[in-house]
Amino acid sequence: MARLYEYQSKKLLKQGGIRIPEGDVAFSPGEASKIAEKIGKPVVLKIQVWVTGRAGLGGIQFAETPEAAENSARRLLGMKVKNFVVDRILVEERLMIQSEFFLGLVIDDANKSPLLVFSSIGGTGIEEIARVHPEKVSKFSIDVLAGLRDFEARNLIRKAGLSGNLMLQLSEVLTKFYKIARSNDARSAEINPLVLTEDNQVYAADCHFVVDDYAVFRHPELGIEVAREFNRPPSELEKIAYQVEEKDYRGTFYFFQMLEKISAEESVIGFHGAGGGGSMMSMDAVLNKGFKLANYCDTSGNPPASKVYRAAKIILSQPNIKGYFASGSGVASQEQFHSARGMVKAFYEEKLSIPGVIRLGGNYEEKAIEILSTYLNNIPAKVEGYGRDDSPEFCAERLDKLIKENGSKPHKVKPWVEPSLPQASYSFETLTGKLSIDHAQCSSCKTKGCMECCAAKILKLEGEKPVLAIPPEDAKKGKCTECLACEIFCTFHEQNAIYIQLPIPGLKEYREKITKSE
Amino acid sequence: MAILVDEKSKVIIQGITGREGMVRAQLMKDYGTNLMAGVTPGRGGQEVYGVPVFDSVEEVWEKLGPVDISVIFIPATMVKNAALEAIEAGVKLLVIVPDRVPIYDVLEVAAFANRKGARFVGPNTLGLVSPGKAVLGMIGGRAERAREWFRPGDIGVSSRSGGMTSSMSYYLTKTGLGQSTIIHVGGDAVVGLSHPEVMELFEKDEQTRMAVMFGEIGTTQEERVADLIEQGKFTKPLIAFIGGKAAKSGTRFSHAGAIVEGTRGSYETKVKRLKEVGVHVVDAISDIPKKAIELKKAREA
Repeated sequence: MARLYEYQSKKLLKQGGIRIPEGDVAFSPGEASKIAEKIGKPVVLKIQVWVTGRAGLGGIQFAETPEAAENSARRLLGMKVKNFVVDRILVEERLMIQSEFFLGLVIDDANKSPLLVFSSIGGTGIEEIARVHPEKVSKFSIDVLAGLRDFEARNLIRKAGLSGNLMLQLSEVLTKFYKIARSNDARSAEINPLVLTEDNQVYAADCHFVVDDYAVFRHPELGIEVAREFNRPPSELEKIAYQVEEKDYRGTFYFFQMLEKISAEESVIGFHGAGGGGSMMSMDAVLNKGFKLANYCDTSGNPPASKVYRAAKIILSQPNIKGYFASGSGVASQEQFHSARGMVKAFYEEKLSIPGVIRLGGNYEEKAIEILSTYLNNIPAKVEGYGRDDSPEFCAERLDKLIKENGSKPHKVKPWVEPSLPQASYSFETLTGKLSIDHAQCSSCKTKGCMECCAAKILKLEGEKPVLAIPPEDAKKGKCTECLACEIFCTFHEQNAIYIQLPIPGLKEYREKITKSE
Repeated sequence: MAILVDEKSKVIIQGITGREGMVRAQLMKDYGTNLMAGVTPGRGGQEVYGVPVFDSVEEVWEKLGPVDISVIFIPATMVKNAALEAIEAGVKLLVIVPDRVPIYDVLEVAAFANRKGARFVGPNTLGLVSPGKAVLGMIGGRAERAREWFRPGDIGVSSRSGGMTSSMSYYLTKTGLGQSTIIHVGGDAVVGLSHPEVMELFEKDEQTRMAVMFGEIGTTQEERVADLIEQGKFTKPLIAFIGGKAAKSGTRFSHAGAIVEGTRGSYETKVKRLKEVGVHVVDAISDIPKKAIELKKAREA
């Protein structure tokens, strides 16, 4: 879930016509002082982190003057709260509160509709209040095609026990709130507390929004870096991985780092799953063998070989892992040879020296296992391929044995190197990369096997040389499916003349940093 | 019998000329699905694997007559319009394969489908198969594999994990137990047909005599199945596995979520609720075929 900070959420409320306290976000004590000066009234400073109960953690402070605000900011910035280090605070006018309410929106999976929840008591401990005083809480299922109508909002407030002018004021906030939530694709949204001030104005005193991951593309203005649910800021490697996911709609790719620092002694492995259910089962199998996981990764939904390749390269950017475990449901509908080819290219480029157990059961598993065993016998590591009748437990045991045979040698991250391609290479762009053929080598080629193994049939021979049989624009649009079959064939059976460049922005620099610090 | 689809159902594919659409047209046709046409706007008049392509669902309807089911292979951002097009044309069952469909798009499709008396499976689904009759979506990958992995029989299978849908069914087949219909309800938080709706269909289906369900943490689907059983609306033996035991509990979206759902959604609550109403909850996937044989023997004895 892509969460927004309180100050970002409040900006959305303000744009949608809901009153919020005057204020702004500060990244330094100096900025905090300036904001307080501009407000010209006593202020409250609130740390901006995705943690509830900030007041109890000392993350909310009051200040009468700009100087006091600056001092408070100095204490708050850099503070450690759970998995966060505070790097920004919200400075805003302090409200004089008469009463507090709660307003929330969730998606109800049973009713398949947005559900609005209002409570005439709000603030901290709202869940407990709702349990003890159900009569103060009202709920309403919104017809998503019609939106929230004025009278529905009024009834919702009335049912929570409020009436008169306050009911009118609050119902107006409700209809605005739903419009804001809907237009920003909010997966959930909450104003708690919604307050009535002493001068009888309704303000949103605190607010948070969670935007639907799958709709983040509609909202570039929100500046969401990684549309994933995290209880901590995303790591550098996760940000790199997310770029890959976002730029390639074919299949799924998910990467989550579980350990950022791994020692040379720990039994930690890189994990590469396929599909949520199968991955969970496979993770259980390696965890039960006493391994820890450096990361969780999932490539599924029939991803192209290029995506699996990038996933493997990212997994292998984690130093000191002792082995590589790939395993999914065991009976996958996706063409498993794509995954096999992606891993072959990655492992071969890396000259992998830690063992791998790759369980690719499912559609075309025989071909997938054959690809692994044929092309990975020339690297230092031992890589074994398994199918649907080999259980995750058995595969985890194999990995354990292989790691022991390898003396639990830790993985060393290598610098990112691009092979130097001859200037005169023939090349064309693919959806996410570039394919080059060194035509000078093609005259020595006897088989022209690249023609045969191109499943998309987009190549033709001009004289001795393979060239595109379709317009280059079409290859770039995705007619070249980046299956990597031509490169693998040419590398291992012929002249090593084909290379598909599949860039991963940021990974080169990341690896440089890692190798330097090692 | 089976549920939702059989060899007579008239099926189209929206997005038949795309990467996935083409491959799965072959799977479906080879398996025996009555695939009458495909739709890709602007590609009318072409053919994919011998299947005629039309510019719109309405055009298929005009030229070839009523369509029962549409299987959608279209990038997630365009799914809503494709689904509305099919429902508007009169199609009563959609299978929405793509992943990453925005949740409000799903809600709009659900509301519109409800208004028109249509239903849908997915999004983010492998699809479904009534073994020996028809495949919808990409389950099995190829006809040859689908025939090998899934066999006709009397066990209904419903799952929230795509890979596990096939795995569980394959392990049943290997043990000599066939399936009536196998359905991947989809991996998203909001799906068209969820477990309880599928169980109600299995209840009415004569071929189905037992059901297997793969549940997961999150949503209220499994709890609602327990509610159904309690109300006497699902009476056949049910074997369930709940994934996500190891996942951290206590990850909650919001206070509002907690107010509405209480403790629903957690591993413990799901298992407890299901056991209370007599569901056979197993701890390992490999126990499913064993349990199924045990229940079958008990029935025969």
